[in-house]
Amino acid sequence: MAEAGHSQAPVSSLKHHFDDMEQQQAASTLGMWVFLATEVLFFGGALTVYAVYRLVYPAAFSAASNHLDVRIGAVNTVVLIGSSLTMAIAVWSARRNGPRSTRMLVGSLAMTALLGSVFLAIKATEYSAKLAAGLFPGPAFRFPGAHARPAELFYSLYFVLTGLHALHLAIGIGVVAVVAARAARGRYDLEYHGPVEITGLYWHFVDVVWIFLFPLLYLVGRGG
Amino acid sequence: MAPAHPSPSIYVAVFMTLVGLTALTVWAASAHLGAWSGVIALSIATTKATLVVLYFMHVRYGERFIAVVAVAGAFWLAILVVFVLADVLTRSWLPILVR
Repeated sequence: MAEAGHSQAPVSSLKHHFDDMEQQQAASTLGMWVFLATEVLFFGGALTVYAVYRLVYPAAFSAASNHLDVRIGAVNTVVLIGSSLTMAIAVWSARRNGPRSTRMLVGSLAMTALLGSVFLAIKATEYSAKLAAGLFPGPAFRFPGAHARPAELFYSLYFVLTGLHALHLAIGIGVVAVVAARAARGRYDLEYHGPVEITGLYWHFVDVVWIFLFPLLYLVGRGG
Repeated sequence: MAPAHPSPSIYVAVFMTLVGLTALTVWAASAHLGAWSGVIALSIATTKATLVVLYFMHVRYGERFIAVVAVAGAFWLAILVVFVLADVLTRSWLPILVR
Protein backbone atom coordinates (compact mmCIF):
# COMPACT_ATOMS: atom_id res chain seq x y z
CA MET A 1 0.00 0.00 0.00
CA ALA A 2 2.77 2.42 0.93
CA GLU A 3 4.11 2.86 -2.59
CA ALA A 4 7.07 4.99 -1.55
CA GLY A 5 7.81 2.70 1.42
CA HIS A 6 11.44 1.87 2.15
CA SER A 7 12.02 -1.43 3.88
CA GLN A 8 14.45 0.15 6.37
CA ALA A 9 11.93 0.69 9.14
CA PRO A 10 12.80 1.76 12.67
CA VAL A 11 13.63 -1.38 14.63
CA SER A 12 11.06 -0.66 17.35
CA SER A 13 8.17 -0.20 14.89
CA LEU A 14 8.46 -3.49 12.99
CA LYS A 15 7.64 -6.50 15.13
CA HIS A 16 9.96 -9.43 14.40
CA HIS A 17 7.17 -11.76 13.27
CA PHE A 18 6.35 -9.59 10.27
CA ASP A 19 8.32 -9.46 7.02
CA ASP A 20 7.84 -5.73 6.43
CA MET A 21 5.84 -2.68 7.48
CA GLU A 22 3.22 -3.25 4.80
CA GLN A 23 2.46 -6.77 6.04
CA GLN A 24 2.34 -5.52 9.66
CA GLN A 25 -0.10 -2.76 8.69
CA ALA A 26 -2.33 -5.17 6.74
CA ALA A 27 -2.41 -7.57 9.71
CA SER A 28 -3.34 -4.89 12.25
CA THR A 29 -6.04 -3.48 9.96
CA LEU A 30 -7.52 -6.95 9.46
CA GLY A 31 -7.36 -7.61 13.21
CA MET A 32 -9.29 -4.42 13.96
CA TRP A 33 -11.92 -5.28 11.34
CA VAL A 34 -12.44 -8.75 12.83
CA PHE A 35 -12.84 -7.14 16.27
CA LEU A 36 -15.37 -4.67 14.83
CA ALA A 37 -17.32 -7.58 13.27
CA THR A 38 -17.69 -9.03 16.80
CA GLU A 39 -18.74 -5.57 18.01
CA VAL A 40 -21.52 -5.53 15.39
CA LEU A 41 -22.96 -8.64 17.06
CA PHE A 42 -22.36 -7.19 20.55
CA PHE A 43 -24.64 -4.24 19.75
CA GLY A 44 -26.71 -6.51 17.47
CA GLY A 45 -27.99 -8.53 20.42
CA ALA A 46 -29.50 -5.48 22.10
CA LEU A 47 -30.77 -4.18 18.73
CA THR A 48 -32.55 -7.51 18.14
CA VAL A 49 -34.27 -7.20 21.54
CA TYR A 50 -35.30 -3.69 20.48
CA ALA A 51 -36.70 -4.99 17.15
CA VAL A 52 -38.77 -7.68 18.89
CA TYR A 53 -40.32 -5.35 21.48
CA ARG A 54 -40.93 -2.58 18.99
CA LEU A 55 -42.97 -5.06 16.92
CA VAL A 56 -44.82 -6.29 20.01
CA TYR A 57 -45.53 -2.77 21.43
CA PRO A 58 -45.48 -0.33 18.46
CA ALA A 59 -47.80 2.29 20.03
CA ALA A 60 -45.96 2.28 23.38
CA PHE A 61 -42.55 2.65 21.69
CA SER A 62 -43.84 5.65 19.70
CA ALA A 63 -45.27 7.25 22.83
CA ALA A 64 -42.07 6.62 24.82
CA SER A 65 -39.82 7.88 22.01
CA ASN A 66 -41.81 11.12 21.82
CA HIS A 67 -40.41 12.01 25.27
CA LEU A 68 -36.89 12.18 23.78
CA ASP A 69 -35.69 15.49 22.35
CA VAL A 70 -35.03 15.09 18.60
CA ARG A 71 -33.01 18.33 18.50
CA ILE A 72 -30.51 17.03 21.08
CA GLY A 73 -30.21 13.74 19.19
CA ALA A 74 -29.74 15.50 15.85
CA VAL A 75 -27.13 17.93 17.23
CA ASN A 76 -25.21 15.02 18.76
CA THR A 77 -25.38 13.17 15.44
CA VAL A 78 -23.75 16.13 13.66
CA VAL A 79 -21.14 16.45 16.47
CA LEU A 80 -20.18 12.79 16.08
CA ILE A 81 -20.11 12.95 12.26
CA GLY A 82 -17.85 16.00 12.63
CA SER A 83 -15.52 14.02 14.91
CA SER A 84 -15.35 11.32 12.24
CA LEU A 85 -14.32 13.97 9.71
CA THR A 86 -11.46 15.21 11.93
CA MET A 87 -10.45 11.58 12.63
CA ALA A 88 -10.33 10.86 8.88
CA ILE A 89 -8.14 13.95 8.40
CA ALA A 90 -5.90 12.74 11.27
CA VAL A 91 -5.35 9.39 9.54
CA TRP A 92 -4.64 11.24 6.28
CA SER A 93 -2.04 13.47 7.88
CA ALA A 94 -0.45 10.58 9.81
CA ARG A 95 0.66 9.16 6.45
CA ARG A 96 2.66 12.27 5.65
CA ASN A 97 6.16 13.23 6.75
CA GLY A 98 7.30 16.57 8.13
CA PRO A 99 6.53 18.90 11.04
CA ARG A 100 3.54 20.49 9.30
CA SER A 101 1.66 17.18 8.98
CA THR A 102 2.64 16.27 12.55
CA ARG A 103 1.02 19.52 13.77
CA MET A 104 -2.04 18.76 11.64
CA LEU A 105 -2.18 15.20 13.02
CA VAL A 106 -2.01 16.32 16.65
CA GLY A 107 -4.51 19.12 16.02
CA SER A 108 -7.07 16.92 14.30
CA LEU A 109 -6.72 14.20 16.97
CA ALA A 110 -7.26 16.81 19.70
CA MET A 111 -10.31 18.10 17.80
CA THR A 112 -11.64 14.53 17.52
CA ALA A 113 -11.31 13.94 21.28
CA LEU A 114 -12.88 17.35 21.97
CA LEU A 115 -15.92 16.64 19.76
CA GLY A 116 -16.27 13.20 21.39
CA SER A 117 -16.27 14.91 24.80
CA VAL A 118 -18.88 17.43 23.62
CA PHE A 119 -21.08 14.49 22.61
CA LEU A 120 -20.70 12.91 26.07
CA ALA A 121 -21.39 16.24 27.82
CA ILE A 122 -24.61 16.72 25.83
CA LYS A 123 -25.55 13.09 26.56
CA ALA A 124 -24.94 13.68 30.30
CA THR A 125 -27.31 16.66 30.41
CA GLU A 126 -29.86 14.60 28.48
CA TYR A 127 -29.52 11.71 30.96
CA SER A 128 -30.00 13.99 33.98
CA ALA A 129 -33.10 15.53 32.37
CA LYS A 130 -34.54 12.04 31.80
CA LEU A 131 -33.78 11.08 35.42
CA ALA A 132 -35.45 14.24 36.67
CA ALA A 133 -38.49 13.46 34.52
CA GLY A 134 -38.80 10.00 36.11
CA LEU A 135 -37.90 8.17 32.88
CA PHE A 136 -35.11 6.03 34.35
CA PRO A 137 -36.38 2.40 34.62
CA GLY A 138 -36.92 1.13 38.13
CA PRO A 139 -39.13 1.93 41.12
CA ALA A 140 -39.06 5.69 40.36
CA PHE A 141 -40.22 5.26 36.74
CA ARG A 142 -43.25 7.38 35.95
CA PHE A 143 -44.98 7.46 32.56
CA PRO A 144 -48.39 9.01 31.87
CA GLY A 145 -51.02 7.06 29.96
CA ALA A 146 -51.72 3.41 29.29
CA HIS A 147 -48.25 2.38 28.11
CA ALA A 148 -46.25 2.67 31.34
CA ARG A 149 -44.83 -0.91 31.42
CA PRO A 150 -43.75 -1.18 27.76
CA ALA A 151 -42.51 2.43 27.93
CA GLU A 152 -40.25 1.35 30.79
CA LEU A 153 -38.98 -1.39 28.47
CA PHE A 154 -38.22 1.24 25.82
CA TYR A 155 -36.27 3.35 28.33
CA SER A 156 -34.38 0.25 29.56
CA LEU A 157 -33.25 -0.30 25.96
CA TYR A 158 -32.55 3.43 25.57
CA PHE A 159 -30.21 3.52 28.57
CA VAL A 160 -28.52 0.19 27.74
CA LEU A 161 -27.91 1.06 24.08
CA THR A 162 -26.84 4.69 24.57
CA GLY A 163 -24.89 3.72 27.72
CA LEU A 164 -22.90 1.03 25.90
CA HIS A 165 -22.35 3.50 23.05
CA ALA A 166 -21.16 6.20 25.49
CA LEU A 167 -18.79 3.67 27.11
CA HIS A 168 -17.32 2.87 23.70
CA LEU A 169 -16.96 6.57 22.97
CA ALA A 170 -15.25 7.23 26.35
CA ILE A 171 -12.75 4.42 25.62
CA GLY A 172 -12.24 5.93 22.14
CA ILE A 173 -11.50 9.37 23.62
CA GLY A 174 -8.88 7.81 25.93
CA VAL A 175 -7.22 5.95 23.05
CA VAL A 176 -7.24 9.06 20.84
CA ALA A 177 -5.61 11.04 23.68
CA VAL A 178 -2.80 8.46 23.99
CA VAL A 179 -2.28 8.39 20.21
CA ALA A 180 -2.24 12.22 20.14
CA ALA A 181 0.42 12.34 22.88
CA ARG A 182 2.59 9.90 20.91
CA ALA A 183 1.96 11.80 17.68
CA ALA A 184 3.16 14.99 19.39
CA ARG A 185 6.50 13.23 19.98
CA GLY A 186 6.76 12.56 16.22
CA ARG A 187 6.06 8.85 16.52
CA TYR A 188 4.05 8.47 13.30
CA ASP A 189 5.00 9.00 9.66
CA LEU A 190 4.51 7.52 6.19
CA GLU A 191 6.41 4.40 7.30
CA TYR A 192 4.67 3.73 10.63
CA HIS A 193 1.16 4.97 11.36
CA GLY A 194 -0.74 1.76 12.18
CA PRO A 195 -2.08 2.89 15.60
CA VAL A 196 -3.60 6.05 14.11
CA GLU A 197 -5.19 4.01 11.33
CA ILE A 198 -6.84 1.37 13.55
CA THR A 199 -7.89 3.95 16.16
CA GLY A 200 -9.64 5.69 13.27
CA LEU A 201 -11.44 2.47 12.30
CA TYR A 202 -12.70 2.06 15.89
CA TRP A 203 -13.81 5.70 16.07
CA HIS A 204 -15.77 5.50 12.82
CA PHE A 205 -17.43 2.28 14.01
CA VAL A 206 -18.69 4.06 17.15
CA ASP A 207 -20.05 6.75 14.79
CA VAL A 208 -21.84 4.08 12.71
CA VAL A 209 -23.49 2.66 15.87
CA TRP A 210 -24.89 6.12 16.69
CA ILE A 211 -26.07 6.57 13.07
CA PHE A 212 -28.42 3.62 13.73
CA LEU A 213 -29.30 4.45 17.35
CA PHE A 214 -30.47 7.99 16.47
CA PRO A 215 -33.41 7.03 14.19
CA LEU A 216 -34.27 3.88 16.20
CA LEU A 217 -34.56 5.73 19.53
CA TYR A 218 -35.42 9.35 18.66
CA LEU A 219 -37.46 9.11 15.45
CA VAL A 220 -39.82 6.16 16.17
CA GLY A 221 -43.33 6.95 15.04
CA ARG A 222 -42.71 10.68 15.23
CA GLY A 223 -45.07 11.29 12.31
CA GLY A 224 -47.71 9.18 14.09
CA MET B 1 -2.67 2.98 -9.58
CA ALA B 2 -5.51 4.49 -7.55
CA PRO B 3 -4.48 6.43 -4.44
CA ALA B 4 -4.41 4.30 -1.29
CA HIS B 5 -6.49 6.89 0.56
CA PRO B 6 -8.87 9.63 -0.52
CA SER B 7 -8.01 13.30 -0.05
CA PRO B 8 -9.49 15.61 2.63
CA SER B 9 -11.76 17.24 0.03
CA ILE B 10 -13.53 13.90 -0.42
CA TYR B 11 -13.86 13.60 3.38
CA VAL B 12 -15.47 17.05 3.56
CA ALA B 13 -17.89 16.08 0.76
CA VAL B 14 -18.82 12.87 2.63
CA PHE B 15 -19.29 14.89 5.85
CA MET B 16 -21.63 17.35 4.10
CA THR B 17 -23.62 14.46 2.61
CA LEU B 18 -23.93 12.83 6.07
CA VAL B 19 -25.19 16.10 7.61
CA GLY B 20 -27.67 16.47 4.74
CA LEU B 21 -28.95 12.92 5.24
CA THR B 22 -29.34 13.59 8.99
CA ALA B 23 -31.53 16.62 8.18
CA LEU B 24 -33.46 14.51 5.66
CA THR B 25 -34.19 11.73 8.16
CA VAL B 26 -35.37 14.22 10.83
CA TRP B 27 -37.66 15.85 8.25
CA ALA B 28 -38.96 12.49 6.96
CA ALA B 29 -39.75 11.34 10.52
CA SER B 30 -42.15 14.27 11.03
CA ALA B 31 -43.74 14.03 7.57
CA HIS B 32 -46.53 11.58 8.49
CA LEU B 33 -45.39 8.80 6.19
CA GLY B 34 -47.13 6.13 8.27
CA ALA B 35 -45.84 2.59 7.91
CA TRP B 36 -43.09 3.76 5.54
CA SER B 37 -41.39 6.01 8.09
CA GLY B 38 -39.49 3.15 9.74
CA VAL B 39 -38.33 1.77 6.39
CA ILE B 40 -37.22 5.23 5.25
CA ALA B 41 -35.37 5.96 8.52
CA LEU B 42 -33.49 2.64 8.35
CA SER B 43 -32.70 3.11 4.64
CA ILE B 44 -31.20 6.55 5.32
CA ALA B 45 -29.23 5.18 8.30
CA THR B 46 -27.89 2.32 6.17
CA THR B 47 -26.88 4.77 3.43
CA LYS B 48 -25.03 6.92 6.00
CA ALA B 49 -23.29 3.89 7.53
CA THR B 50 -22.25 2.70 4.06
CA LEU B 51 -20.71 6.11 3.28
CA VAL B 52 -18.74 6.03 6.56
CA VAL B 53 -17.53 2.47 5.90
CA LEU B 54 -16.59 3.07 2.26
CA TYR B 55 -14.84 6.46 2.62
CA PHE B 56 -13.90 7.18 6.26
CA MET B 57 -12.98 3.52 6.91
CA HIS B 58 -11.32 3.19 3.47
CA VAL B 59 -13.08 -0.03 2.46
CA ARG B 60 -13.45 1.36 -1.05
CA TYR B 61 -9.72 1.94 -1.29
CA GLY B 62 -8.26 -1.01 0.63
CA GLU B 63 -7.89 -4.73 0.07
CA ARG B 64 -10.91 -6.70 -1.12
CA PHE B 65 -10.57 -9.03 1.87
CA ILE B 66 -11.37 -6.18 4.29
CA ALA B 67 -14.65 -5.65 2.43
CA VAL B 68 -15.42 -9.36 2.90
CA VAL B 69 -14.96 -8.99 6.70
CA ALA B 70 -17.12 -5.85 6.77
CA VAL B 71 -19.93 -7.53 4.80
CA ALA B 72 -19.61 -10.65 7.01
CA GLY B 73 -20.28 -8.50 10.10
CA ALA B 74 -23.49 -7.15 8.57
CA PHE B 75 -24.46 -10.58 7.24
CA TRP B 76 -24.17 -12.29 10.62
CA LEU B 77 -26.26 -9.52 12.19
CA ALA B 78 -28.88 -10.12 9.48
CA ILE B 79 -28.92 -13.86 10.35
CA LEU B 80 -29.51 -12.99 14.01
CA VAL B 81 -32.33 -10.50 13.34
CA VAL B 82 -34.08 -12.46 10.55
CA PHE B 83 -34.20 -15.77 12.40
CA VAL B 84 -35.31 -14.22 15.71
CA LEU B 85 -38.08 -12.29 13.94
CA ALA B 86 -39.05 -15.38 11.92
CA ASP B 87 -39.70 -17.03 15.29
CA VAL B 88 -41.40 -14.10 17.06
CA LEU B 89 -43.65 -13.04 14.17
CA THR B 90 -44.95 -16.52 13.39
CA ARG B 91 -45.71 -17.75 16.93
CA SER B 92 -49.40 -16.88 16.64
CA TRP B 93 -49.68 -19.10 13.56
CA LEU B 94 -49.61 -22.15 15.82
CA PRO B 95 -52.35 -21.50 18.42
CA ILE B 96 -51.35 -24.54 20.44
CA LEU B 97 -48.01 -22.93 21.34
CA VAL B 98 -49.44 -19.63 22.59
CA ARG B 99 -49.22 -19.56 26.37
